[in-house]
Amino acid sequence: MTHARTRTPVVAGWFTDAPGPDFRLLGTRCTACASVFFPREDAFCRNPGCTGGELAEVPLSQRGRVWSFTDGRYRPPSPYVSDPQVEWEPYVLVAVELAAERMVVLGQAVPGVSAADLAVGMEVEVVPGVLNEDADTTWTTWHWRPVEVAA
Amino acid sequence: MSGDIAVLGAGMHPWGKWGRSFVEYGTIAARAALTDAGLDWKQVQSVVGADTVRGGYPGHVAGATFAKALGWQGARVTSVYAACASGAQAIGAARAQILAGLADVVLVVGADAAPKGFFAPAGGERPDDPDWLRFRVLGATNPAYFGLYARRRMALHGDTVDDFAQVKVKNAAAGTLNPNARYRRTVSAEEVAASAVVADPLRLLDICATSDGAAALVLTSMDFARRHGTTDPVRIRAVSTVTPTFPRSVLDLPDIATDSAASVEPAPHSFRASIARAAYEEAGIGPEDVSLAEVYDLSTALELEWYEDLGLCGAGEGAKLLRDGTTALGGRIPVNPSGGLASFGEAVPAQAIAQVCELTWQLRGAAGDRQVSGARAGITANQGLFGHGSSVVAVR
Repeated sequence: MTHARTRTPVVAGWFTDAPGPDFRLLGTRCTACASVFFPREDAFCRNPGCTGGELAEVPLSQRGRVWSFTDGRYRPPSPYVSDPQVEWEPYVLVAVELAAERMVVLGQAVPGVSAADLAVGMEVEVVPGVLNEDADTTWTTWHWRPVEVAA
Repeated sequence: MSGDIAVLGAGMHPWGKWGRSFVEYGTIAARAALTDAGLDWKQVQSVVGADTVRGGYPGHVAGATFAKALGWQGARVTSVYAACASGAQAIGAARAQILAGLADVVLVVGADAAPKGFFAPAGGERPDDPDWLRFRVLGATNPAYFGLYARRRMALHGDTVDDFAQVKVKNAAAGTLNPNARYRRTVSAEEVAASAVVADPLRLLDICATSDGAAALVLTSMDFARRHGTTDPVRIRAVSTVTPTFPRSVLDLPDIATDSAASVEPAPHSFRASIARAAYEEAGIGPEDVSLAEVYDLSTALELEWYEDLGLCGAGEGAKLLRDGTTALGGRIPVNPSGGLASFGEAVPAQAIAQVCELTWQLRGAAGDRQVSGARAGITANQGLFGHGSSVVAVR
Protein backbone atom coordinates (compact mmCIF):
# COMPACT_ATOMS: atom_id res chain seq x y z
CA MET A 1 0.00 0.00 0.00
CA THR A 2 1.31 3.40 -0.90
CA HIS A 3 0.48 6.73 0.57
CA ALA A 4 0.70 10.11 -1.10
CA ARG A 5 3.59 12.30 -0.13
CA THR A 6 2.94 15.92 0.73
CA ARG A 7 4.54 18.36 -1.70
CA THR A 8 6.43 20.94 0.34
CA PRO A 9 8.73 23.72 -0.90
CA VAL A 10 12.30 23.23 0.35
CA VAL A 11 12.10 26.85 1.51
CA ALA A 12 8.74 28.51 2.11
CA GLY A 13 7.94 31.60 0.04
CA TRP A 14 10.73 31.39 -2.52
CA PHE A 15 8.57 30.22 -5.44
CA THR A 16 4.94 29.73 -6.41
CA ASP A 17 3.19 26.38 -6.19
CA ALA A 18 1.75 26.87 -9.65
CA PRO A 19 2.39 23.95 -12.01
CA GLY A 20 3.87 24.20 -15.47
CA PRO A 21 4.15 27.48 -17.31
CA ASP A 22 2.90 29.66 -14.45
CA PHE A 23 5.71 28.69 -12.08
CA ARG A 24 7.79 31.65 -10.84
CA LEU A 25 10.51 32.44 -8.36
CA LEU A 26 9.28 34.93 -5.76
CA GLY A 27 11.31 37.86 -4.49
CA THR A 28 10.41 41.12 -2.87
CA ARG A 29 10.62 44.66 -4.20
CA CYS A 30 11.12 47.78 -2.13
CA THR A 31 8.22 50.15 -2.77
CA ALA A 32 10.49 53.14 -2.13
CA CYS A 33 13.59 52.42 -4.28
CA ALA A 34 12.42 49.46 -6.45
CA SER A 35 15.38 47.26 -5.48
CA VAL A 36 14.52 43.58 -5.88
CA PHE A 37 15.64 40.92 -3.43
CA PHE A 38 16.04 37.18 -3.90
CA PRO A 39 16.14 35.35 -1.56
CA ARG A 40 13.35 37.61 -0.36
CA GLU A 41 13.90 40.32 2.22
CA ASP A 42 10.76 40.91 4.25
CA ALA A 43 12.02 43.14 7.04
CA PHE A 44 14.34 45.81 5.63
CA CYS A 45 15.46 47.16 2.27
CA ARG A 46 19.23 46.58 1.97
CA ASN A 47 19.92 49.54 -0.33
CA PRO A 48 21.97 51.87 1.93
CA GLY A 49 20.73 54.88 -0.04
CA CYS A 50 17.07 54.04 0.59
CA THR A 51 15.15 55.49 3.47
CA GLY A 52 13.15 52.28 3.55
CA GLY A 53 9.85 51.26 2.08
CA GLU A 54 7.40 48.41 2.29
CA LEU A 55 8.68 45.20 0.76
CA ALA A 56 6.13 43.71 -1.61
CA GLU A 57 6.23 40.19 -3.02
CA VAL A 58 7.13 40.12 -6.70
CA PRO A 59 7.51 37.27 -9.19
CA LEU A 60 10.92 37.21 -10.89
CA SER A 61 11.41 36.98 -14.64
CA GLN A 62 10.82 33.47 -15.94
CA ARG A 63 13.62 33.63 -18.45
CA GLY A 64 17.22 34.68 -18.26
CA ARG A 65 20.61 33.99 -19.78
CA VAL A 66 23.34 31.71 -18.48
CA TRP A 67 25.97 33.75 -16.59
CA SER A 68 27.98 30.63 -15.88
CA PHE A 69 27.54 26.95 -15.04
CA THR A 70 29.31 24.04 -13.38
CA ASP A 71 28.52 20.62 -12.03
CA GLY A 72 28.94 18.56 -8.88
CA ARG A 73 30.84 15.38 -9.65
CA TYR A 74 31.06 14.40 -5.98
CA ARG A 75 28.30 13.95 -3.43
CA PRO A 76 27.92 17.23 -1.48
CA PRO A 77 27.91 17.01 2.32
CA SER A 78 24.81 17.32 4.50
CA PRO A 79 22.46 19.19 4.66
CA TYR A 80 22.23 18.26 0.96
CA VAL A 81 20.11 15.12 0.96
CA SER A 82 21.17 12.10 -1.09
CA ASP A 83 21.03 8.35 -0.62
CA PRO A 84 24.55 7.08 0.11
CA GLN A 85 23.47 3.63 -1.11
CA VAL A 86 22.76 4.97 -4.58
CA GLU A 87 25.58 5.79 -6.98
CA TRP A 88 26.13 9.54 -7.17
CA GLU A 89 24.53 11.15 -10.19
CA PRO A 90 26.24 14.51 -10.98
CA TYR A 91 23.93 17.49 -11.35
CA VAL A 92 24.49 20.81 -13.05
CA LEU A 93 24.37 24.21 -11.37
CA VAL A 94 23.45 27.22 -13.49
CA ALA A 95 23.87 30.88 -12.58
CA VAL A 96 21.31 32.85 -14.57
CA GLU A 97 21.30 36.55 -15.31
CA LEU A 98 17.81 38.10 -15.20
CA ALA A 99 17.74 41.20 -17.38
CA ALA A 100 14.87 43.09 -15.78
CA GLU A 101 16.03 42.52 -12.22
CA ARG A 102 19.73 42.93 -13.18
CA MET A 103 20.69 40.08 -10.91
CA VAL A 104 22.11 36.56 -11.09
CA VAL A 105 20.22 33.63 -9.55
CA LEU A 106 21.75 30.21 -9.01
CA GLY A 107 19.82 26.99 -9.38
CA GLN A 108 20.14 23.36 -10.41
CA ALA A 109 19.47 22.50 -14.02
CA VAL A 110 16.64 20.12 -14.80
CA PRO A 111 17.76 16.48 -14.53
CA GLY A 112 19.30 15.19 -17.74
CA VAL A 113 21.08 18.42 -18.64
CA SER A 114 24.87 18.14 -18.55
CA ALA A 115 27.50 20.89 -18.54
CA ALA A 116 28.24 20.01 -22.15
CA ASP A 117 24.68 21.05 -23.09
CA LEU A 118 25.15 24.61 -21.80
CA ALA A 119 26.95 27.76 -22.88
CA VAL A 120 27.33 31.20 -21.32
CA GLY A 121 24.64 33.47 -22.78
CA MET A 122 22.19 30.64 -23.55
CA GLU A 123 18.53 31.36 -22.73
CA VAL A 124 16.99 29.32 -19.91
CA GLU A 125 13.66 29.35 -18.08
CA VAL A 126 12.63 28.51 -14.56
CA VAL A 127 10.52 25.38 -14.04
CA PRO A 128 9.25 23.51 -10.98
CA GLY A 129 11.37 20.59 -9.84
CA VAL A 130 11.86 18.03 -7.11
CA LEU A 131 14.91 18.27 -4.85
CA ASN A 132 14.45 15.05 -2.91
CA GLU A 133 11.79 12.78 -1.42
CA ASP A 134 11.53 11.12 1.95
CA ALA A 135 8.82 8.88 3.45
CA ASP A 136 6.21 11.60 3.82
CA THR A 137 7.38 14.55 1.76
CA THR A 138 8.30 15.52 -1.77
CA TRP A 139 10.59 18.54 -1.32
CA THR A 140 10.05 20.88 -4.25
CA THR A 141 12.47 23.42 -5.71
CA TRP A 142 13.16 25.40 -8.88
CA HIS A 143 15.20 24.22 -11.84
CA TRP A 144 16.65 26.04 -14.84
CA ARG A 145 15.88 24.50 -18.22
CA PRO A 146 17.34 25.49 -21.57
CA VAL A 147 14.68 27.07 -23.78
CA GLU A 148 14.12 24.93 -26.85
CA VAL A 149 15.06 26.54 -30.10
CA ALA A 150 11.91 27.10 -32.12
CA ALA A 151 11.69 24.75 -35.09
CA MET B 1 55.04 57.08 7.99
CA SER B 2 53.16 57.36 11.28
CA GLY B 3 50.70 54.61 10.35
CA ASP B 4 53.40 51.94 10.13
CA ILE B 5 53.84 49.09 12.58
CA ALA B 6 56.82 46.73 12.69
CA VAL B 7 56.84 43.00 12.02
CA LEU B 8 59.49 41.80 14.48
CA GLY B 9 58.74 38.12 14.31
CA ALA B 10 57.14 35.58 11.97
CA GLY B 11 56.67 31.89 12.62
CA MET B 12 54.74 28.94 11.25
CA HIS B 13 53.95 25.34 12.00
CA PRO B 14 54.35 23.43 8.72
CA TRP B 15 51.10 22.70 6.85
CA GLY B 16 50.02 19.08 6.54
CA LYS B 17 47.66 16.55 8.05
CA TRP B 18 49.26 15.96 11.39
CA GLY B 19 46.32 14.69 13.41
CA ARG B 20 46.97 16.91 16.41
CA SER B 21 45.18 19.84 18.06
CA PHE B 22 45.13 23.28 16.48
CA VAL B 23 46.26 24.59 19.88
CA GLU B 24 49.52 22.68 19.54
CA TYR B 25 50.14 24.02 16.03
CA GLY B 26 49.38 27.59 17.10
CA THR B 27 51.59 27.41 20.16
CA ILE B 28 54.52 26.12 18.08
CA ALA B 29 54.01 28.91 15.52
CA ALA B 30 53.75 31.52 18.31
CA ARG B 31 56.95 30.33 19.93
CA ALA B 32 58.71 30.41 16.56
CA ALA B 33 57.56 34.00 15.98
CA LEU B 34 58.69 35.08 19.46
CA THR B 35 62.10 33.45 18.92
CA ASP B 36 62.34 35.16 15.53
CA ALA B 37 61.57 38.49 17.22
CA GLY B 38 64.06 37.90 20.04
CA LEU B 39 61.29 38.50 22.58
CA ASP B 40 60.00 36.60 25.57
CA TRP B 41 56.31 35.67 25.74
CA LYS B 42 56.04 37.65 28.98
CA GLN B 43 56.88 40.82 27.05
CA VAL B 44 53.72 40.39 24.94
CA GLN B 45 51.08 42.87 26.10
CA SER B 46 48.26 41.70 23.89
CA VAL B 47 47.41 38.47 22.12
CA VAL B 48 45.00 38.33 19.17
CA GLY B 49 43.70 34.96 18.04
CA ALA B 50 42.09 34.19 14.67
CA ASP B 51 39.29 31.75 15.47
CA THR B 52 38.69 28.31 14.08
CA VAL B 53 35.11 27.03 14.01
CA ARG B 54 36.20 23.42 14.09
CA GLY B 55 37.65 23.30 17.58
CA GLY B 56 34.44 22.24 19.28
CA TYR B 57 32.83 25.65 19.66
CA PRO B 58 31.48 27.98 17.00
CA GLY B 59 34.12 30.67 16.77
CA HIS B 60 36.49 28.84 19.15
CA VAL B 61 37.87 31.61 21.33
CA ALA B 62 41.39 31.35 20.01
CA GLY B 63 43.02 34.37 21.69
CA ALA B 64 42.51 33.03 25.19
CA THR B 65 43.18 29.45 24.10
CA PHE B 66 46.66 30.39 22.86
CA ALA B 67 47.32 32.67 25.86
CA LYS B 68 46.55 29.75 28.16
CA ALA B 69 48.70 27.33 26.16
CA LEU B 70 51.65 29.73 26.24
CA GLY B 71 51.09 30.21 30.00
CA TRP B 72 48.69 32.78 31.45
CA GLN B 73 50.56 36.05 31.94
CA GLY B 74 47.73 38.57 32.00
CA ALA B 75 48.02 40.00 28.47
CA ARG B 76 45.07 41.80 26.92
CA VAL B 77 43.14 39.37 24.70
CA THR B 78 41.13 39.63 21.47
CA SER B 79 39.56 36.87 19.37
CA VAL B 80 38.25 37.48 15.87
CA TYR B 81 36.35 35.47 13.30
CA ALA B 82 35.91 36.42 9.66
CA ALA B 83 36.16 33.02 7.93
CA CYS B 84 39.10 33.04 5.51
CA ALA B 85 39.76 36.69 6.39
CA SER B 86 40.12 35.98 10.12
CA GLY B 87 43.89 36.38 9.98
CA ALA B 88 43.71 39.82 8.38
CA GLN B 89 41.19 40.93 10.98
CA ALA B 90 43.53 39.69 13.70
CA ILE B 91 46.38 41.71 12.18
CA GLY B 92 44.03 44.69 11.83
CA ALA B 93 42.99 44.46 15.48
CA ALA B 94 46.61 44.21 16.59
CA ARG B 95 47.58 47.19 14.46
CA ALA B 96 44.74 49.31 15.83
CA GLN B 97 45.86 48.57 19.39
CA ILE B 98 49.47 49.47 18.57
CA LEU B 99 48.60 52.68 16.70
CA ALA B 100 46.20 53.71 19.50
CA GLY B 101 48.98 53.27 22.04
CA LEU B 102 47.14 50.51 23.89
CA ALA B 103 49.96 47.99 23.40
CA ASP B 104 53.54 48.02 22.11
CA VAL B 105 53.95 44.29 21.53
CA VAL B 106 51.13 42.16 20.13
CA LEU B 107 51.19 38.46 19.25
CA VAL B 108 48.85 37.36 16.44
CA VAL B 109 48.12 33.64 16.07
CA GLY B 110 45.94 31.59 13.73
CA ALA B 111 45.81 27.80 13.58
CA ASP B 112 43.54 25.07 12.31
CA ALA B 113 43.12 21.33 12.17
CA ALA B 114 40.89 20.94 9.12
CA PRO B 115 38.49 18.11 8.37
CA LYS B 116 38.85 15.97 5.24
CA GLY B 117 36.78 16.71 2.17
CA PHE B 118 34.34 19.50 1.40
CA PHE B 119 33.84 22.20 3.99
CA ALA B 120 30.25 21.93 5.25
CA PRO B 121 28.10 24.12 7.47
CA ALA B 122 27.24 23.26 11.06
CA GLY B 123 24.46 20.69 11.47
CA GLY B 124 20.81 21.07 12.36
CA GLU B 125 17.85 22.58 10.51
CA ARG B 126 18.90 26.21 9.99
CA PRO B 127 17.05 27.77 7.04
CA ASP B 128 17.92 31.30 8.24
CA ASP B 129 21.61 30.68 7.39
CA PRO B 130 22.58 31.37 3.75
CA ASP B 131 25.53 28.98 4.09
CA TRP B 132 23.25 26.17 5.27
CA LEU B 133 20.73 26.97 2.52
CA ARG B 134 23.16 26.76 -0.38
CA PHE B 135 24.07 23.23 0.66
CA ARG B 136 20.49 22.13 1.43
CA VAL B 137 18.81 23.66 -1.61
CA LEU B 138 21.55 23.45 -4.25
CA GLY B 139 24.34 21.22 -2.99
CA ALA B 140 26.55 24.16 -3.92
CA THR B 141 29.96 23.34 -2.44
CA ASN B 142 32.85 25.82 -2.45
CA PRO B 143 34.37 24.20 -5.57
CA ALA B 144 31.02 24.72 -7.34
CA TYR B 145 31.50 28.49 -7.05
CA PHE B 146 35.13 28.15 -8.20
CA GLY B 147 33.81 26.21 -11.21
CA LEU B 148 31.34 28.98 -12.03
CA TYR B 149 34.12 31.60 -11.99
CA ALA B 150 36.40 29.43 -14.09
CA ARG B 151 33.75 28.73 -16.74
CA ARG B 152 32.86 32.43 -16.85
CA ARG B 153 36.52 33.33 -17.48
CA MET B 154 36.70 30.82 -20.32
CA ALA B 155 33.62 32.33 -21.95
CA LEU B 156 34.56 35.98 -21.39
CA HIS B 157 38.34 36.03 -21.70
CA GLY B 158 39.20 32.88 -23.62
CA ASP B 159 41.10 31.29 -20.73
CA THR B 160 41.69 27.58 -21.22
CA VAL B 161 41.84 24.68 -18.80
CA ASP B 162 45.54 24.49 -19.65
CA ASP B 163 45.97 28.08 -18.42
CA PHE B 164 44.42 27.00 -15.14
CA ALA B 165 46.70 23.96 -14.98
CA GLN B 166 49.73 26.20 -15.52
CA VAL B 167 48.85 28.10 -12.32
CA LYS B 168 49.16 24.82 -10.44
CA VAL B 169 52.42 24.02 -12.22
CA LYS B 170 53.84 27.42 -11.22
CA ASN B 171 52.71 27.29 -7.60
CA ALA B 172 53.79 23.68 -7.12
CA ALA B 173 57.27 24.60 -8.40
CA ALA B 174 57.49 27.41 -5.81
CA GLY B 175 56.16 25.09 -3.11
CA THR B 176 59.04 22.66 -3.62
CA LEU B 177 61.27 25.43 -2.24
CA ASN B 178 59.22 26.09 0.91
CA PRO B 179 59.85 23.94 4.01
CA ASN B 180 56.48 25.00 5.49
CA ALA B 181 54.46 23.81 2.47
CA ARG B 182 52.40 20.62 2.67
CA TYR B 183 52.99 19.59 -0.96
CA ARG B 184 56.62 19.85 -1.99
CA ARG B 185 56.81 18.20 -5.37
CA THR B 186 56.50 19.55 -8.87
CA VAL B 187 53.23 18.96 -10.73
CA SER B 188 52.91 18.79 -14.52
CA ALA B 189 50.04 20.09 -16.62
CA GLU B 190 49.47 16.48 -17.68
CA GLU B 191 48.97 15.46 -14.04
CA VAL B 192 46.41 18.23 -13.57
CA ALA B 193 44.59 17.14 -16.73
CA ALA B 194 44.60 13.52 -15.55
CA SER B 195 43.08 14.33 -12.15
CA ALA B 196 39.35 13.87 -11.63
CA VAL B 197 36.89 16.64 -12.50
CA VAL B 198 35.36 18.01 -9.28
CA ALA B 199 33.31 20.94 -10.56
CA ASP B 200 33.41 21.42 -14.32
CA PRO B 201 35.81 22.72 -15.67
CA LEU B 202 37.99 22.36 -12.59
CA ARG B 203 39.83 19.22 -11.59
CA LEU B 204 41.10 17.98 -8.27
CA LEU B 205 44.54 19.55 -8.79
CA ASP B 206 42.94 22.91 -9.69
CA ILE B 207 41.35 23.14 -6.24
CA CYS B 208 43.17 23.68 -2.97
CA ALA B 209 43.09 21.06 -0.24
CA THR B 210 42.22 21.68 3.41
CA SER B 211 45.13 21.38 5.80
CA ASP B 212 46.37 21.60 9.35
CA GLY B 213 48.74 24.48 9.97
CA ALA B 214 49.51 27.59 11.98
CA ALA B 215 51.06 31.01 11.53
CA ALA B 216 51.99 33.74 13.98
CA LEU B 217 53.37 37.27 13.92
CA VAL B 218 54.91 39.49 16.58
CA LEU B 219 53.85 43.05 15.76
CA THR B 220 55.18 46.12 17.56
CA SER B 221 55.19 49.89 17.42
CA MET B 222 57.99 51.45 15.37
CA ASP B 223 59.34 53.01 18.61
CA PHE B 224 59.49 49.64 20.33
CA ALA B 225 61.28 48.13 17.32
CA ARG B 226 63.91 50.90 17.49
CA ARG B 227 64.38 50.46 21.25
CA HIS B 228 64.71 46.74 20.61
CA GLY B 229 67.55 47.50 18.22
CA THR B 230 65.74 46.76 14.97
CA THR B 231 66.24 49.90 12.92
CA ASP B 232 64.93 48.68 9.56
CA PRO B 233 62.11 46.22 10.25
CA VAL B 234 59.55 45.00 7.75
CA ARG B 235 56.61 47.36 8.21
CA ILE B 236 52.90 46.82 7.72
CA ARG B 237 51.62 49.92 5.96
CA ALA B 238 48.02 48.97 5.21
CA VAL B 239 45.39 46.49 6.34
CA SER B 240 42.26 46.46 4.21
CA THR B 241 39.23 44.83 5.80
CA VAL B 242 36.52 46.40 3.64
CA THR B 243 33.03 45.07 2.95
CA PRO B 244 31.29 45.10 -0.45
CA THR B 245 29.14 47.96 -1.67
CA PHE B 246 25.48 47.61 -2.67
CA PRO B 247 24.56 46.27 -5.12
CA ARG B 248 27.06 43.44 -5.10
CA SER B 249 26.88 42.24 -8.66
CA VAL B 250 29.21 39.22 -8.75
CA LEU B 251 27.79 35.96 -7.42
CA ASP B 252 29.83 34.93 -4.39
CA LEU B 253 29.73 32.08 -1.93
CA PRO B 254 27.62 31.44 0.10
CA ASP B 255 25.00 33.47 -1.80
CA ILE B 256 22.27 31.96 -3.98
CA ALA B 257 21.82 35.22 -5.89
CA THR B 258 23.53 38.56 -6.35
CA ASP B 259 22.01 41.85 -5.29
CA SER B 260 19.78 43.43 -7.89
CA ALA B 261 21.22 46.39 -9.77
CA ALA B 262 17.76 47.46 -10.92
CA SER B 263 17.69 50.67 -8.89
CA VAL B 264 21.33 51.42 -8.07
CA GLU B 265 24.26 51.24 -10.49
CA PRO B 266 26.98 48.85 -9.24
CA ALA B 267 30.42 50.27 -8.43
CA PRO B 268 32.78 50.09 -11.41
CA HIS B 269 35.05 47.67 -9.54
CA SER B 270 34.17 44.28 -8.13
CA PHE B 271 34.34 43.60 -4.40
CA ARG B 272 37.61 41.73 -4.85
CA ALA B 273 39.15 44.67 -6.69
CA SER B 274 37.92 47.09 -4.02
CA ILE B 275 39.76 45.08 -1.34
CA ALA B 276 43.10 45.73 -3.03
CA ARG B 277 42.26 49.32 -3.97
CA ALA B 278 41.61 50.16 -0.32
CA ALA B 279 44.96 48.63 0.64
CA TYR B 280 46.87 50.51 -2.06
CA GLU B 281 45.19 53.78 -1.10
CA GLU B 282 45.99 53.35 2.58
CA ALA B 283 49.60 52.40 1.79
CA GLY B 284 50.07 55.23 -0.70
CA ILE B 285 51.46 52.84 -3.31
CA GLY B 286 50.11 51.29 -6.49
CA PRO B 287 50.42 48.01 -8.35
CA GLU B 288 53.51 49.35 -10.14
CA ASP B 289 55.35 49.50 -6.80
CA VAL B 290 54.69 45.88 -5.85
CA SER B 291 57.57 43.38 -5.90
CA LEU B 292 55.45 40.32 -5.07
CA ALA B 293 51.93 39.28 -4.13
CA GLU B 294 50.45 36.47 -2.08
CA VAL B 295 46.87 35.79 -3.20
CA TYR B 296 44.18 33.32 -2.21
CA ASP B 297 44.35 30.66 -4.91
CA LEU B 298 41.43 28.59 -3.69
CA SER B 299 41.38 27.49 -7.30
CA THR B 300 43.85 27.95 -10.10
CA ALA B 301 41.39 30.07 -12.09
CA LEU B 302 40.77 32.33 -9.11
CA GLU B 303 44.47 33.24 -8.97
CA LEU B 304 44.12 34.72 -12.48
CA GLU B 305 41.21 36.86 -11.28
CA TRP B 306 43.33 38.19 -8.44
CA TYR B 307 46.00 39.37 -10.94
CA GLU B 308 43.34 41.62 -12.44
CA ASP B 309 41.79 42.61 -9.13
CA LEU B 310 45.23 43.62 -7.79
CA GLY B 311 45.79 45.76 -10.88
CA LEU B 312 48.79 43.69 -12.00
CA CYS B 313 47.15 43.64 -15.44
CA GLY B 314 43.95 44.73 -17.10
CA ALA B 315 40.62 42.91 -17.02
CA GLY B 316 40.82 39.62 -18.88
CA GLU B 317 44.63 39.73 -19.15
CA GLY B 318 45.38 37.40 -16.22
CA ALA B 319 46.12 34.35 -18.32
CA LYS B 320 48.45 36.36 -20.57
CA LEU B 321 50.40 37.55 -17.51
CA LEU B 322 50.78 33.93 -16.45
CA ARG B 323 51.79 32.74 -19.92
CA ASP B 324 54.41 35.51 -20.11
CA GLY B 325 56.00 34.18 -16.92
CA THR B 326 55.50 37.53 -15.19
CA THR B 327 54.03 35.95 -12.06
CA ALA B 328 56.45 33.01 -11.72
CA LEU B 329 59.54 33.10 -9.51
CA GLY B 330 62.08 35.07 -11.54
CA GLY B 331 59.32 37.02 -13.27
CA ARG B 332 58.60 40.73 -12.86
CA ILE B 333 55.92 40.28 -10.14
CA PRO B 334 56.03 36.81 -8.63
CA VAL B 335 52.61 35.81 -7.28
CA ASN B 336 52.47 33.19 -4.55
CA PRO B 337 56.23 32.69 -4.26
CA SER B 338 55.35 30.72 -1.11
CA GLY B 339 53.65 28.11 -3.29
CA GLY B 340 50.21 29.48 -2.39
CA LEU B 341 47.23 27.46 -1.32
CA ALA B 342 48.09 25.06 -4.13
CA SER B 343 51.12 23.96 -2.10
CA PHE B 344 49.75 24.58 1.38
CA GLY B 345 46.06 23.71 1.36
CA GLU B 346 43.80 25.97 3.35
CA ALA B 347 44.11 26.22 7.13
CA VAL B 348 41.45 28.89 7.39
CA PRO B 349 42.35 31.08 10.42
CA ALA B 350 46.09 30.76 9.72
CA GLN B 351 46.10 31.52 6.03
CA ALA B 352 46.00 35.32 5.89
CA ILE B 353 48.67 35.42 8.63
CA ALA B 354 50.81 32.96 6.66
CA GLN B 355 50.60 35.29 3.66
CA VAL B 356 52.14 38.06 5.78
CA CYS B 357 54.82 35.67 7.10
CA GLU B 358 55.85 35.11 3.47
CA LEU B 359 55.94 38.86 2.76
CA THR B 360 58.08 39.32 5.87
CA TRP B 361 60.65 36.72 4.86
CA GLN B 362 60.73 37.99 1.28
CA LEU B 363 61.17 41.62 2.32
CA ARG B 364 63.94 40.63 4.72
CA GLY B 365 65.71 38.80 1.89
CA ALA B 366 65.43 35.63 3.98
CA ALA B 367 63.25 33.49 1.72
CA GLY B 368 66.06 31.17 0.62
CA ASP B 369 65.76 29.53 -2.77
CA ARG B 370 62.40 31.18 -3.46
CA GLN B 371 63.70 34.70 -2.75
CA VAL B 372 62.25 37.47 -4.94
CA SER B 373 65.32 39.58 -5.69
CA GLY B 374 65.20 43.18 -4.51
CA ALA B 375 61.77 42.82 -2.87
CA ARG B 376 60.69 46.18 -1.42
CA ALA B 377 56.91 45.98 -1.19
CA GLY B 378 54.41 43.16 -1.12
CA ILE B 379 50.65 42.80 -1.03
CA THR B 380 48.41 39.99 0.17
CA ALA B 381 44.81 39.44 -0.91
CA ASN B 382 42.10 37.21 0.39
CA GLN B 383 38.40 37.19 1.01
CA GLY B 384 36.27 35.69 3.77
CA LEU B 385 32.84 34.11 3.44
CA PHE B 386 29.86 36.52 3.71
CA GLY B 387 31.81 39.64 2.58
CA HIS B 388 35.07 40.06 4.50
CA GLY B 389 37.84 41.79 2.59
CA SER B 390 41.44 41.04 3.48
CA SER B 391 44.55 42.68 2.08
CA VAL B 392 47.82 43.66 3.74
CA VAL B 393 50.62 45.81 2.32
CA ALA B 394 54.09 45.38 3.81
CA VAL B 395 57.21 47.34 2.88
CA ARG B 396 60.86 47.49 3.80
